[in-house]
Amino acid sequence: MAAHRCSRSALLLVLCSLCLFSIAESQETTPAGDHRATGVDNPQSVTGSTEQMAEQPTVVEEEEEEEEDRRWEATRDEVETENTSAPDTSAPTFEVHSSVPKPKDDFQEELVIRPLHSGDIYASFQFRTLWETDFTTGNKVSHYRLFPKSLGQVISKFSVRELHISFTQGYWRTMQWGQPFLPSPPGAELWVWFQDSVTDVDETWKELTNVLSGIFCASLNFIDSTNTVQPSASFKPLGIGNVTDHRFLRYATLPREIVCTENLTPWKKLLPCGSKAGLAVLLKSEKLFHSSFHSQAVHIRPVCKDWQCKTKSWELRQTLNVVFDLHTPGQGKQEWSLFKMFSRTLTEACPLASSSKIYVDITDDPQGEQFEVSPATHLLSQAMVLGDRRTFSLYDLTQQITFGTVRSLNLHIRWKSSEGYIHYQPSKDRVRPHLLEMLVQLPPNSVTEVTVQFERALLKWTEYTPDPNHGFYVGSSVISSLVPSIVAMDTNSTREQPLFSSL
Amino acid sequence: MVCAFNLCVIDQLLRGQLAALSIAVVVIVVGVPLWWKTTETYRAWLPVSQINELSNLQLQLSADVEVVFARGTVTPEQQKKVPLTRTQDEEHSVDEDTALRYRYETRYRTATIMEEDALDQPTAAEADLSLHTLSECPCGSLVVYVIPESSSLLPQDVDVYIGQRRTALLRIGGQIRVGKTLDLLLAHLEPRIKQVLQVMSFSHTDITAALSDRVRLSPGNKESIADSMRTFKSSPGYEITFSLLNPDPKSHRLHWDIEGAVQTYIQPLLTKLASVANFSIDSQTLYYAMLGVNPRFDSSLGAYTLSPDSLAHMINPVEARLGSNAASSNPVLNFLLYVPDAQHSPLHIHDSKKQEVPTNAFHSPRWGGIMVYNVDGFYGPEAVFPVDLNINMAKVMGVFLAQLRLLLGVQSPNAPSGFLVAPCSRTGLADWELDRLMWSRSVENVATATTTITSLAQLLDQIGNIVINDNIAEQVSSAVTSLQLAVAELEAGNLRFALQYSKEAILASERAFFDPSLLHLLYFPDDQKFAIYIPLFLPMCVPILLSLLKIVSDARQKRREKQAKKD
Repeated sequence: MAAHRCSRSALLLVLCSLCLFSIAESQETTPAGDHRATGVDNPQSVTGSTEQMAEQPTVVEEEEEEEEDRRWEATRDEVETENTSAPDTSAPTFEVHSSVPKPKDDFQEELVIRPLHSGDIYASFQFRTLWETDFTTGNKVSHYRLFPKSLGQVISKFSVRELHISFTQGYWRTMQWGQPFLPSPPGAELWVWFQDSVTDVDETWKELTNVLSGIFCASLNFIDSTNTVQPSASFKPLGIGNVTDHRFLRYATLPREIVCTENLTPWKKLLPCGSKAGLAVLLKSEKLFHSSFHSQAVHIRPVCKDWQCKTKSWELRQTLNVVFDLHTPGQGKQEWSLFKMFSRTLTEACPLASSSKIYVDITDDPQGEQFEVSPATHLLSQAMVLGDRRTFSLYDLTQQITFGTVRSLNLHIRWKSSEGYIHYQPSKDRVRPHLLEMLVQLPPNSVTEVTVQFERALLKWTEYTPDPNHGFYVGSSVISSLVPSIVAMDTNSTREQPLFSSL
Repeated sequence: MVCAFNLCVIDQLLRGQLAALSIAVVVIVVGVPLWWKTTETYRAWLPVSQINELSNLQLQLSADVEVVFARGTVTPEQQKKVPLTRTQDEEHSVDEDTALRYRYETRYRTATIMEEDALDQPTAAEADLSLHTLSECPCGSLVVYVIPESSSLLPQDVDVYIGQRRTALLRIGGQIRVGKTLDLLLAHLEPRIKQVLQVMSFSHTDITAALSDRVRLSPGNKESIADSMRTFKSSPGYEITFSLLNPDPKSHRLHWDIEGAVQTYIQPLLTKLASVANFSIDSQTLYYAMLGVNPRFDSSLGAYTLSPDSLAHMINPVEARLGSNAASSNPVLNFLLYVPDAQHSPLHIHDSKKQEVPTNAFHSPRWGGIMVYNVDGFYGPEAVFPVDLNINMAKVMGVFLAQLRLLLGVQSPNAPSGFLVAPCSRTGLADWELDRLMWSRSVENVATATTTITSLAQLLDQIGNIVINDNIAEQVSSAVTSLQLAVAELEAGNLRFALQYSKEAILASERAFFDPSLLHLLYFPDDQKFAIYIPLFLPMCVPILLSLLKIVSDARQKRREKQAKKD
């Protein structure tokens, strides 16, 4: 009885059987630990976030300064005042123009995919709406095309110069994943630069947080004087403008804010194409929130329209960063595809986007030795990211050829080397123990250490053993070495040999 | 020694009694008032008696009418006998708390020479314009020109012409010849002038409809209910949003010059209405915005159709995309221009008789209007998608302007037979239409503000826990003052001021009613109070009370002993 009880309760503790397959004749192998370290030791200079924003891997398009020739039809002099029911038999007239006025706004979308050293996948969506307009001057901005109306109204009503808001679920593990494109703390973060015309900044800030809380369905209305600060050295404006009087800066975080679908839906609604076309079709909440890290952000700032900075335009940048953990249990190979990650494939670019691109970061593997990307692309692009020159394979969604004959793009990344294999089966309380199997290549003359963390669980009062001072016993780990089967096991029992040498 | 011990005991007893007494005195003299003072809810003074007066509303509306006799309508002898003014009162009691009184002040005079010249113009419209340039009459008043039967200004079957400003032309009927007695003439004119007044300034049905916030009306005919439901509630401001819905950006790129169209078509109307409310206009383009219903394909017409039953289901899915107005809490008027996608066009809206609606538009009461704009006529067989299309804003804005007028309550009353109403001017709104709107909006504002203020006073009276801060009392007082002023101005016939004060009243009353500080102590029931006080006071009170009781009983025993000794 006691033994039975003991064995049952033993399941409560983390029981792990470690199977270490060591290869005897290991030649030029690298230890897993070292491999990981290279990710951290990358020469990455973490400078101000200004630089980070500026050095996004965007292929800079030349914006030609075109005198926008707006044609305005001569309107009829008398106002039509017929009732809705009054008959109007005139056939609809269509006016078609070969020279349509060049829109003042522009939308771009892109997705950066970076296979991380840990085997996870980092996907970063960037949507940028540029609008050549001026919210700051007196005349009211009220006609919106690509820029979302709700945010435009917020900017003009509260005289916002810069607004940065992010919602993050999970922690960014810099040790394993390297640097993110734009760091963001867990929970909600909001920082705003107001125009210097604002007289009562605190009151405006309070109203602004309330309105934003409605727009993003988040508890930003809990931001008050108790969690608001005015940083004086950090959080310099990221856009143009020379006012750095920190009286107009407010910063607040809500670390406990839980980010979920209800925050994603209004975020997607701000995109011109919504989630109907373009890269945003991949943003399915059930997959996005089933990830190790999820961060969505909105950045609004004034930027230069041209190199000389003669005209100012407003930039709305919506970013969404997500890290997927792809160690699915019971599956030997690491494989990744758009469909597996987002349960969607891409069929078209957003028709409103002037550029729509996917970048796959192949800096760490330019020859395709570690992983293989399919369909292959010959387009390559280089960009400086955080002071680090990186190489990307480029897929241009505005080109029909990208989608191939099947009219859909499903990027595959397959890891070639099988140096690491991890099989992990989590336990169920009182039902099943943990199982962790790792395949590790051990280099000669090295020490490999495997540590397992565990948490203590509470026992039911009937589950205490008669001798609790012993604690619980953990089963031993098993190390199996993979050696040629002729050496390891002899199944031929006809030969005369000592019994101890045959099994 | 024994004695000393006894003295000690007595001394101690006395000291204990003194201590208990002094504690009791401190508790009663200092503690109780302190507790009373600190737990008191602050309630500022409210003008309750004035609010009660307001709950019994007696509105008087005064309209000035000037009746001008043109040459050939009255004889010179009659001219001298024409009375200068005549006042007429009409009383209606709407319900037990609300009474209405209309006062029509009619002034009579003969036309000046300049006016005679103006009346000699060939058409009524020109006469109207030149009369307007002669004299500007104030907001809310009317001038009726009585012209002889022989005048060629009006067509044969028209007796009354209502101009674009505040003037009307009235032709004397055939049976009243020049030379009849003046009394007969005036008696003949009186009902006609009243009809003109009802068209041009206010009618009883309009005013009772405006009182609907205050008075529960018995359901009248369906049409009037529909009319009163269509119009937006009176509010100090409105947001007008034009949205272009493009469900298919892959097949057409739409361009609309909304900025210019608003300037040309909408802004003149809104400038005219600026005294009634503030308006702000914005526009947006929504892509991939679908309708909630699937239109049915009618093979006989070769077009998709929307039946009137399905129109009701169109709005909700679209509304999720429209987005709420972040910048203000004023009601939003939505105007949607829907351009159907290439697969579902042309799309026509059908009325209940299965006939195509010519404008291809409909409106939803207190919400806005939707217009379907078909562009399929453009794509030919060789069209390359996406097609660039410019939207004909004149056509669109004509429909939206008509809908805007309906939704704002600027609607022409059904003129009686024999009336000719001048067509609208560039601004889309005649002066007298604005007056009508101002009359009904003033009354509506007064009705709404009085109900708000009286119900707030009732609420505050019923729940004693609510804290009334000074700012709320201030708002209530200013609302009451503005209301009194508005009622007085209505009585005096100063329409513009009446509307202004009624707007102030409504703003102040709403601000007081929806002030968040009123909610703080609202739900603080008695048992919670006990739960807080008992652990605090019970342990302290029990020893004090007990010792007091003991002192009393000791004192009583001593007196009894003394009496026994005496005996």
